[in-house]
Amino acid sequence: MHPFTYAPVADAAGAAARALAGAQFIAGGTDMLQLLQENLVQPQELADLNGLGLAGITEEQDGALRLGALTRLQKAADDPLLRERCAVAAEALAASASPMVRHMATLGGNLLQRTRCLYFRDVSTPCNKRQPGSGCSALEGENRHNAILGGSEHCIAVQPSDLPVALVALDAEVLIQGAGGAERWVPVEGFHRLPGDTPEIETVMQPGDIILAIRIPAHATRWRSHYVKARDRASFAWALCSAAVALRLDEEGRVAELRVAAGGVATKPWRLMRVEQELLGHRLDRDRVRLAAVWASEGAVTRPGNAYKAPLLQHTVERAILELGGLA
Amino acid sequence: MPEPSQNFSLTLHVNGTEHRVAVDARTTLLDALRDRLHLTGTKKGCALGQCGACTVLLDGRRVVSCLMLAVMAEGRQVTTIEGLAQGDDLHPVQAAFVEHDAFQCGYCTPGQIMSAVGAIREGRAGSDDEIREQMSGNLCRCGAYTNIVAAVRDAASREG
Repeated sequence: MHPFTYAPVADAAGAAARALAGAQFIAGGTDMLQLLQENLVQPQELADLNGLGLAGITEEQDGALRLGALTRLQKAADDPLLRERCAVAAEALAASASPMVRHMATLGGNLLQRTRCLYFRDVSTPCNKRQPGSGCSALEGENRHNAILGGSEHCIAVQPSDLPVALVALDAEVLIQGAGGAERWVPVEGFHRLPGDTPEIETVMQPGDIILAIRIPAHATRWRSHYVKARDRASFAWALCSAAVALRLDEEGRVAELRVAAGGVATKPWRLMRVEQELLGHRLDRDRVRLAAVWASEGAVTRPGNAYKAPLLQHTVERAILELGGLA
Repeated sequence: MPEPSQNFSLTLHVNGTEHRVAVDARTTLLDALRDRLHLTGTKKGCALGQCGACTVLLDGRRVVSCLMLAVMAEGRQVTTIEGLAQGDDLHPVQAAFVEHDAFQCGYCTPGQIMSAVGAIREGRAGSDDEIREQMSGNLCRCGAYTNIVAAVRDAASREG
């Protein structure tokens, strides 16, 4: 680990000033310590955000849920409001990492978690995300865990977090405070960027920006929702594929509102609008759900190592909708 | 707020005792425990949060001490494997691990025990399935999992 200086910051303005002077932020530290240990980042200074008082989950006047950026994953997974009204988020959090990591990691940090692509995490290999212009080792290499959706000729790394996939299904937004103090809301769906020819730029965050909170709108808290995660072992593993579904049926049992998102298969949390469209206005039955879920892998670009993800994605989406609809 | 610094003189609260320790900003809580305080019961496995050998309790909650900077543990209560027994009386989870032969080489055992203590304290050791899920962050290369589950179940039923 290269030497760095450390200091806590007292407020968001102070944090922004440190960041503009070259500091990187640390909060839960669970990804930052790994990045430091493997020399993937070499900050001159770490600015500790834990004193900013941004933890906790509260209900807003209109019924929206506000999740403070420094809330620990386990705290959020156990939160009665979140479990009751936004099951998909609580389930995604409970399926994240290990109990120890969940006690440390923060919601804001989880949105910013760096990819687990083997080549990004190995400084001895070329990686366009880590070292722009050096090439992508995953395209022709070991790409079993890499993306089949949203990739480019420069990068097929997966955004690995479970929570943002659930948040896309819940139509959630991220509250960001800019370096000048102005606050802005960004839909989670638009928070991560496609790699394109700049895979080193992963989100819409600008220098000095701080995530203050996540907001799940009131209408989404009235939906039923569910998360299904497929992985190599039953617990403590990255998603090979995951599906987040949020649903509202009308009085006749027809699909009135539906949002479906996938994780583990794409370079960012991936909204499956075609699957949604196939089911809107219809009653859920097994055949219709199965045929709709086939559209989940529309546009997929597969490679020898990750071709299995296309059918896995279809079946994971099918299973999530069937389980949510009581048809499993 | 203090100016950013590379060297710190910290007070760490470990197993009910205050320790003054000088560390570099880079020092992890794990390395501070082992190399500065010579509490070598906490083991260093992967140093990447993947194996659980370094599990300790921080303010009563399980954490992996390899993914935490020592400077960020100041003012928190740390409990390590050395802090469980009362003199010669083993903690119930320690006793259950001995009774059920829940280890072979023993390297992962302090982390397993700290994680089990945390899981039981959190009320998350109610069934074998829940124990397997809750202990999934602690790897055992010897494969003593069957007996680990039995030990945790036994300790949980005695404490619960």
